[in-house]
Amino acid sequence: MIEKILVLEVVLPLLAAPVCVLVRHPRFCRFFSLGIVAICFWIAVALLFEVRGGGVVSYQLGGWQPPLGIEYRVSTVNAYLLALVTAMALVVLSFDSRGGPPRVPEQRRHLYYAVFLLCIAGLLGIAITGDAFNIFVFLEISSLASYILVSLGGHRRAVMSAFYYLVMGTIGGVFFMLGVGLLYQETGTLNLRDIAARLEPSLDDRGTVLALALLVVGISIKLAVFPLHHWLPNAYSFAPPKVSAFLAATATKVSFYLLAMVLFTIFGAPFVFGELRLQAVLLPLSILAMFLASGAAIFQTDLRRLLAYSSVAQVGYMTLGLSTANATGLAGGLVHLFNHAVMKGGLFLVVACLLYRVGSVHIDALAGIGRRMPLTAAALVIGGLSLIGVPGTVGFVSKWYLVSGVLERGWTAAAVLILLSSLLALVYVGKVVEAVYFRKPAEIQPIDQVREAPLGMLAPAWVLAAAAVFFGLTTNWTYGVAREAAELLLAGGI
Amino acid sequence: MRPPSRVREMPILRVVARALAPVILLFGLYVQFHGDFGPGGGFQAGVIFAAGLIIFALTFGAEALRQVVSVVLTERLMAAGVLLYGAVGVLAMFLGGEFLNYSALDPLTTGHHGQHLGIIAIELGVGIAVAATIMRVYYAFVGRRPESDGETREPSLGAEPGGRTS
Amino acid sequence: MSSVQSFSGLWAYWLLIALMMVGLYIVIARDNLIKKVMGLNIFQAAAILFYVTMAKVTGGTAPIVPHDPAHPGGHGGHEIVYSNPLPHVLMLTAIVVGVATTALALALAVRIHGEYGTSEEDEAVAYDMEHG
Repeated sequence: MIEKILVLEVVLPLLAAPVCVLVRHPRFCRFFSLGIVAICFWIAVALLFEVRGGGVVSYQLGGWQPPLGIEYRVSTVNAYLLALVTAMALVVLSFDSRGGPPRVPEQRRHLYYAVFLLCIAGLLGIAITGDAFNIFVFLEISSLASYILVSLGGHRRAVMSAFYYLVMGTIGGVFFMLGVGLLYQETGTLNLRDIAARLEPSLDDRGTVLALALLVVGISIKLAVFPLHHWLPNAYSFAPPKVSAFLAATATKVSFYLLAMVLFTIFGAPFVFGELRLQAVLLPLSILAMFLASGAAIFQTDLRRLLAYSSVAQVGYMTLGLSTANATGLAGGLVHLFNHAVMKGGLFLVVACLLYRVGSVHIDALAGIGRRMPLTAAALVIGGLSLIGVPGTVGFVSKWYLVSGVLERGWTAAAVLILLSSLLALVYVGKVVEAVYFRKPAEIQPIDQVREAPLGMLAPAWVLAAAAVFFGLTTNWTYGVAREAAELLLAGGI
Repeated sequence: MRPPSRVREMPILRVVARALAPVILLFGLYVQFHGDFGPGGGFQAGVIFAAGLIIFALTFGAEALRQVVSVVLTERLMAAGVLLYGAVGVLAMFLGGEFLNYSALDPLTTGHHGQHLGIIAIELGVGIAVAATIMRVYYAFVGRRPESDGETREPSLGAEPGGRTS
Repeated sequence: MSSVQSFSGLWAYWLLIALMMVGLYIVIARDNLIKKVMGLNIFQAAAILFYVTMAKVTGGTAPIVPHDPAHPGGHGGHEIVYSNPLPHVLMLTAIVVGVATTALALALAVRIHGEYGTSEEDEAVAYDMEHG
């Protein structure tokens, strides 16, 4: 059954977008998109159950046989990503932002939902497809949609950030396209598994090494790996808060999957980490990201910017897991995809609540807000603790497996550095918590009139906060799937 | 937005545009419907078709074109074209094939009939969507007044300009 | 392989790289947003040309099946060598992506002009520095 409707995972949101454009009714579009995403989530979960334990579901678009036709191919790795993206989309879309993004008037709100659906379709497409060029197309669909979404933020700088994001993202996309072209030249095929089977990477083959370089740099831009992260803090802090929550929870995660897939499935761990020794670059960059981005987060006075810099640091943890190239570390990186999506998505939704009630998320404006909005503030604390990696939260789970993976590899210094970087997270989270609970509200602030956020906002934020605790205590599902995915990747499969 | 009056008074331009526009439109349709026998297809055809209309608008004013193809209509056609494409794919699924497996569209004959049918339908969808999109892009840029008065007649996504106050 | 050989044999690639770097340089060095978009377009065009050069088969013609029922698959009994059509098809898609990106970039540039009153990046940055 599920293998017959697998393609709907992408087709439904892709076709729901024009339906929204045609119907032009904001309320309809809101619930329609929510319904579509709910169906996608159901398909993703069904797929995950189907492929757990090494199964694979394949779909031939248009009835054309792979490797000539485009194949959608779902294994544990893809199903995990699909479930992650659709779950986050579901929670974020159910967040009632009371009037949508500030830039979009009522009569144009249907377009906002259409763009949101296109973004989801693009991300799901990247995760599901088994065709290299198809990935590029979906990458650009999701990127173009996210540039638009970012530009809808209320502040004038949102448009400028979207422009930067567009320039960086397009360069990344073109790099990716060139990399795919070189691979096609090398192997004569675009099917990922076929490329992997035919490619015999060696250091003497400059075309292959160049392809790897282009792909890695291109994806790294989209993933915001440390020195290429420049677009991210601005984009996340000026986008509408709901959009920040969605992008922070999904976009970089899908890029991470793409990077892992290129490194492990196409080129294979023996070449990338044995011959080429990519970890010599990836590991220092990850550690730099953890420290410099966390350090930058400490000095931010705006909660959104703080969280955005923290996102760059968290990408560092993920790529650190990648560079260990062993099952534990890679599983740690993969499980951090989900864990970070849950906590950062939740935190950005909390930001949306605060923005709605307080009107600003400047740290000073949040002084003493813990008494006025106790539930929102509590969700903020849970997310913050999870960022630090306190036991009992998802952040701890990620760091535990990351540290185990790093130690397994024998990199004791890196393990120590992971723990030290948590101290930086403690500082920036502590700064927020201190302001929210222990600082006296500034005199000028009309803080007495601030009430708890409405239920439609609070509930989704709390779903993610609760998930951050729940999956911090029960790791069977998340780590189980991630471990299986990691082993699959290391074996060169998808 | 009215084109500068100089353009409107140029007789050569007006005559040539009037003569050329229908030919371009016809050529667009040819590229569209001959696309399954020779070079062509929906994307090229859509762009050519839109170009024919835009040449008309450049000489006679966007307002004149807007009376024929309104902005809302282009938006609807954009969506309708994509939906036509998708509907063909989903129809193939309902008829027992894979998404976009055109052979399933014609289950009675085993030949290429279904493929033919499917290609024509989806290329028509592509053509409509592309032509409408190009025109919508044209409208979006031409519909803006000079920035000095800070007002937009046709905001791209409902922008509220002049948001200088931070 | 000597450097002269590698240059003459791969001249198309050298051209492409040069074109690409021109585009990238414009994106980085120019402050005008419209020029940045142009640079981005040149950058994309280089990548598109790369695919197109890849598709060329020496002596190949356009991959169109001739309508000649007497000689299916050939002109007068000769085998026809086709250029590889696949990269062209892919680039059709890439061009569409490029058009969409350009349209969006220009729309954003117009919006930036509306917000900042300038299309120059340095002036916009200075404005942000001043007004936060």
